[in-house]
Amino acid sequence: MAAPMAAVPGAAPLLRVVAECGWSRARAAELRLPHGPVPCPVFMPVGTRGTAKGITAAQLAALGCRICLGNTYHLGTRPGPELVQRSGGLHGFMDWPHNLLTDSGGFQMVSLSELSEVTEEGKSIEIQNALGADIVMQLDDVVSSTTTGPRVEEAMKRSVRWLDRCIAANRSPERQNLFAIIQGGLDPALRTQCLEAMTLRDVPGFAIGGLSGGEDKGLFWRMVKLSTERLPRDKPRYLMGVGYATDLVVCVALGCDMFDCVFPTRTARFGSALVPGGSLQLKNHQFARDFRPIDADCGCPTCQRHSRAYLHALLRTEPAALHHLTVHNIAYQLNLMASIRQSILEQRFPQFVRRFLSSRYGARIPAWVREALDAAGITLD
Amino acid sequence: MERRVSEQARRLAARCGAARRGHAGVDAAADGVAPGLLGAEIHDVLEEYKEGAAKFIGMPDKVLYCSLLDPVTPCPSGYNTNKTVSLWGSSGRMEITASKFMDIQRAIQPDWFQCISDGDTVAGEAGRKRAKKSVDRSLSFLDACLQILEESPELQRSVIFGAIEGGDILEERLRSARETAKRPVGGFLLDGFQGCAMAKETKLKLIASVTAELPEDKPRLIHGVGKPDEVLECIERGVDIFESFFPFQVTERGCALVFSYDCHPDPEAAVFMQNGAQDLEKNGAEEDQDEIPKADPEMTPFEIFLKDKRYQDDFRPLLEGCTCYCCQRHTRAYVHHLLVTSELLAGVLLMMHNFQHYFGFFEAIRGALRDNKLDQLKEFVFRQALQTPANAKPGQ
Repeated sequence: MAAPMAAVPGAAPLLRVVAECGWSRARAAELRLPHGPVPCPVFMPVGTRGTAKGITAAQLAALGCRICLGNTYHLGTRPGPELVQRSGGLHGFMDWPHNLLTDSGGFQMVSLSELSEVTEEGKSIEIQNALGADIVMQLDDVVSSTTTGPRVEEAMKRSVRWLDRCIAANRSPERQNLFAIIQGGLDPALRTQCLEAMTLRDVPGFAIGGLSGGEDKGLFWRMVKLSTERLPRDKPRYLMGVGYATDLVVCVALGCDMFDCVFPTRTARFGSALVPGGSLQLKNHQFARDFRPIDADCGCPTCQRHSRAYLHALLRTEPAALHHLTVHNIAYQLNLMASIRQSILEQRFPQFVRRFLSSRYGARIPAWVREALDAAGITLD
Repeated sequence: MERRVSEQARRLAARCGAARRGHAGVDAAADGVAPGLLGAEIHDVLEEYKEGAAKFIGMPDKVLYCSLLDPVTPCPSGYNTNKTVSLWGSSGRMEITASKFMDIQRAIQPDWFQCISDGDTVAGEAGRKRAKKSVDRSLSFLDACLQILEESPELQRSVIFGAIEGGDILEERLRSARETAKRPVGGFLLDGFQGCAMAKETKLKLIASVTAELPEDKPRLIHGVGKPDEVLECIERGVDIFESFFPFQVTERGCALVFSYDCHPDPEAAVFMQNGAQDLEKNGAEEDQDEIPKADPEMTPFEIFLKDKRYQDDFRPLLEGCTCYCCQRHTRAYVHHLLVTSELLAGVLLMMHNFQHYFGFFEAIRGALRDNKLDQLKEFVFRQALQTPANAKPGQ
């Protein structure tokens, strides 16, 4: 692999570890970002085109969200980086006072052969610079986690090369934190190679990419663990595309700090409400006369004001119902992370994990979950 | 669930009738609910719930008015009988008797409700017989419901509004008004003026004739009238209460209300008026542009169509000076982007703006009535209603 790039001089560490779990690899931390501190572990809602699916910026902030995602490809197409820049960057465009993270936009899909002096990586970073997010992602060569063969190695090596070019292309490193994305598929050797190469580069944070794409869960958790073991302790670890509650809990135990997923907002639009035990399909007839809130312990505006019966009736014809569910599901995810964090701070994370799993699965906890937690240092009774 | 009950911010705009009749009127926001779906479809749910529809939908502190039908969705014609009225829900047609109707109201527990009535009238002379029937049936329903009301302790707090029918036949309208006024109703609903079947002059003449027959101290509510100019015309003719489907429709077509209702802005605010007026004038100048996103033909002169390309880089708020959430925090460019990308947030933001603007309009009306300046307001609003490419003033 190529020689490492020079470190950005004088950059303050992005992550401050506040507490570490005495049994597992979990840690409670804080990201010190330009638009304010973000407690970790953190779940970041996805707001693809500058909005989190019908939720206003004020609502999202009121739920406690302090960082969310924007999609570079969509915003780069419409309304385009120039217009966003004229609106004061993505923050101004959305009127979002807190932090933003933009993905790379997948520009490797775009043919830029006419503009031969502009590379895909350069274009991605250029657009992300215009959008102005607090965390920007390198352009990586992503392959599906179920792909095997030489393509995986090729993609991993290319991602390392592109990382260097993205670092060079970043015009505002002091305001925009460029994260590397570890690739290598499900091959431990390739992943290790990638980790070794990328950790030589002085980036403010690392993402674990190429997972959560339908691969076998046993392989999934092993790759996550392998990655967190080789990532520096005092830099944030962002596991991309992970958002099911169980996966979040396990991956926190394995040492991850940041997560994103469309799952909670997407499932809301199918009428599904997230609860500690799993989810409620509110369109089902059983909820027609259920006058309880979705979750009596949830303090979100939906649970404070509306019943399952009302939402059930509303779901039949009215988009407003989905809006209520989206609010609740985001609240659920954020509350889950806050509870996790609190339990780590209070040195009772393993108890939290056990209670969480028992309320969700009873005695029938999935094998992969057991194995992963065991490897992380948490035994289940 | 019928869309009016399900919009969380759905309200009735109430006009204070102070200047006209010394009647305090309802200043609070109220909600319109149609039992056609809420009642008939979840009647059993509400019965079990026991605490009424307002609380069920999460608005326990609002005044709840229950109309019979949704003014926005036209109903198929020809299904009412002497004993029943048909309502349409997601499971099709439901035939409701007076007795069943009152059962539903008992479950809903509204503050006010429209008495079940036959409003299915056909315009023109061919409808004379039908108009007479609508009046006869509605009076018969009213008497039956009043009887049941007396025997219903759950509805003692609820005020019944008598529906005035009669299609476009003056005699029938007068008969309906006089007869309904004899009954112990709490207010009156001028029904059958929805839609565009009736000629405008006929409509206004009938409204004036009807209200002349009604007692001064009871509110008059009208369905299906929402455009600012039409609202003012009805107020002049004795109407007090309107529904707010109009701002909802404006939102649905991707538009924002920008008409001005401040006849005497302070000098600093004068620029707001000009901006609004300029925007309305520019509406008409679209013909020369290529690739215009198609504005809804129902669009009125009081709105701007945010999906139009001209707003792509317009960084002003929807309406300068407006204090709604959208205007305080976002720009036309942002709302344009949301509409173009079909984001749900577009409707959320537009609805907030359109409601606030519309309610502000009614506040202005009440002020104008208090200060005896309704004519001025009317002229001001009507001037904006006349904005077309033909008579747009150059250089304004």
